[in-house]
Amino acid sequence: MNAIRKYSGFNKLMDLLDTVQQKMNHPAWFFTPYVTLFVVFIIIPVIIAAGLSFTYFNTIETPEFVGLSNYIELLTRDEVFMQNVLPNTIRFAFIVGPVGYFLSFILAWMLAQIPHRPRTILAIVLYSPSMTAGIAMGVVWTVLFSGDATGYLNAWMMNFGLISEPIQFLTSPDYLMNIMIVVSLWSSMGVGFLAMLAGILNIDRTLYEAAVMDGMKNRWQEIFYITIPSMKPQMLFGAVMAVVATFQVGAIGVQLSGSNPTPQYAGQLMVNHIEDFGFIRFLMGYASAVSVILLIMIYGISKVTWSLLGERD
Amino acid sequence: MAKYQAMKVDPKGFSKDQLKFYAILIPMALFVALPIIFIVSHAFKPMNELFAYPPRFFVRTPTFENFRDLVALASQSGIPFSKYLYNSLIVTGLGVFLSVLVTSLGAYSLSKLKFKGKKLLFEINTLALMFVPIAVTIPRYLTIERLGLIDTFWVLILPLIAMPVGLFLVKQFIDQTPDELIESAKIDGASEMQIFTKIIIPIIAPALATVGILSFQLLWNDVIGPNLFIDDESMRTLAFYFQTLAALATNQAGAGGANMIAGQGIMAAASLIMFVPNIIIFIFLQGKVMNTMAHSGIKS
Repeated sequence: MNAIRKYSGFNKLMDLLDTVQQKMNHPAWFFTPYVTLFVVFIIIPVIIAAGLSFTYFNTIETPEFVGLSNYIELLTRDEVFMQNVLPNTIRFAFIVGPVGYFLSFILAWMLAQIPHRPRTILAIVLYSPSMTAGIAMGVVWTVLFSGDATGYLNAWMMNFGLISEPIQFLTSPDYLMNIMIVVSLWSSMGVGFLAMLAGILNIDRTLYEAAVMDGMKNRWQEIFYITIPSMKPQMLFGAVMAVVATFQVGAIGVQLSGSNPTPQYAGQLMVNHIEDFGFIRFLMGYASAVSVILLIMIYGISKVTWSLLGERD
Repeated sequence: MAKYQAMKVDPKGFSKDQLKFYAILIPMALFVALPIIFIVSHAFKPMNELFAYPPRFFVRTPTFENFRDLVALASQSGIPFSKYLYNSLIVTGLGVFLSVLVTSLGAYSLSKLKFKGKKLLFEINTLALMFVPIAVTIPRYLTIERLGLIDTFWVLILPLIAMPVGLFLVKQFIDQTPDELIESAKIDGASEMQIFTKIIIPIIAPALATVGILSFQLLWNDVIGPNLFIDDESMRTLAFYFQTLAALATNQAGAGGANMIAGQGIMAAASLIMFVPNIIIFIFLQGKVMNTMAHSGIKS
């Protein structure tokens, strides 16, 4: 048996690999692949976006330098941006972000206090929506919220006598945004939620007991003086994930209403505005300016969370 | 008021004071699961149940009709369903492998090797945790075009391989490995790469599983790549095919009509096909994911 293995081609290949590996000592072997891809597909696009935002670029002619005029136009003359897109984005982000984050924490906190098996099952269920990517889900939501009596929500509410006429959930500007918020909250228990759950489970138990000895009086004190401070790094990771997830959502409004722009721009978020100008109107310079503003907003909000939750050395 | 007792983390068995948590967690889980149960149920509904009024949540007589239609529709468009599936499997399989490899190599260098600019690199990567790829779709397109990658398989894979979150998680995980382990292997004459493949990889398997899952979700669900960077129909993936069907179904929703309702069943079947691999992989690897997440904290 050993003799066969000794001379098999597989073993020779492994030996060869080992000889090659023996010579790979330089750090560059390790970081070059990642750094190359990181620079090409993340850093360079961000730099190009910043550069293009100062130009007029319609994809056919070479970009023409126009200074700050895209930004000036965006902030002073783009009524849709100032009256719909920006307020929508802020409203959406400031509800979905904090509420989703709070939900993730409180659910993780409760999950940590039940035994392993039920905890695992419930955690999988709560995490599962974040794995349903937008693609075909949009159609499923349209079936549930459909604006005529065949929509499930309408049919139920009419059945129970809550409403007499079906509500145009997806085409009415009054409802679209709220449904977007509900759908996003539904899928907000993602990676950050798992991180916080792991964080709570890993807190040293003796800390809690010591606190009781020292006269800690109630659950709230425990949460604020022990649980949260002991898992600050995970709280911060969860917060950053929540911020990013919130701003990344964009497709949802377009999927639900079936059009970009969304009805009366009611569900228009910055990501949709970028798509609208970049790929529908081909005003790439202008769209890039919106991208830059979006990246700056995410960075700013993350920095605020950072200073709230980050540990100071 | 009940006397305050210290929080019982990870209890071994059931006790009465857990009831209040179940009372919130179970209804919450049911509520969250409803749309998913709906997809499963809807995907198996025959035509007459899709058209039923008042609409019924659960399927009565399950059939595979929607799945058959989904496959048949693909052949009508000239590309067999199996081709889309094959493309998706290749792109996802190769992508996940490369992502795990590239990420773990990079993470090892940031954690244990010494080189100039290492600290800066990690800081930039932490900053990039906040990166939103969708915001730079346009410049990404321009970069990819310039590199001549349009209409190649690589364009579906390469842009998604470097995941800042992945590098971050694996690096934090490797930080927990004692340096003595590496030092003693060095004394035995092992090179850095041998240490990496023989000692580090087995230890960081949970973190690699986590990167694998995240990368799988990204690649398997990606529609931006096949949508923007691919013109050749025969190179497109399942996610893309389903998106075109979805666009078709939503457009018909505006016009109303029977096609839309038939489309719903097909779309539910499509959603299910996209979702099931994700959930199965997660269920198998969730223990490893939780293990990795314990080290996920950002220390600023």
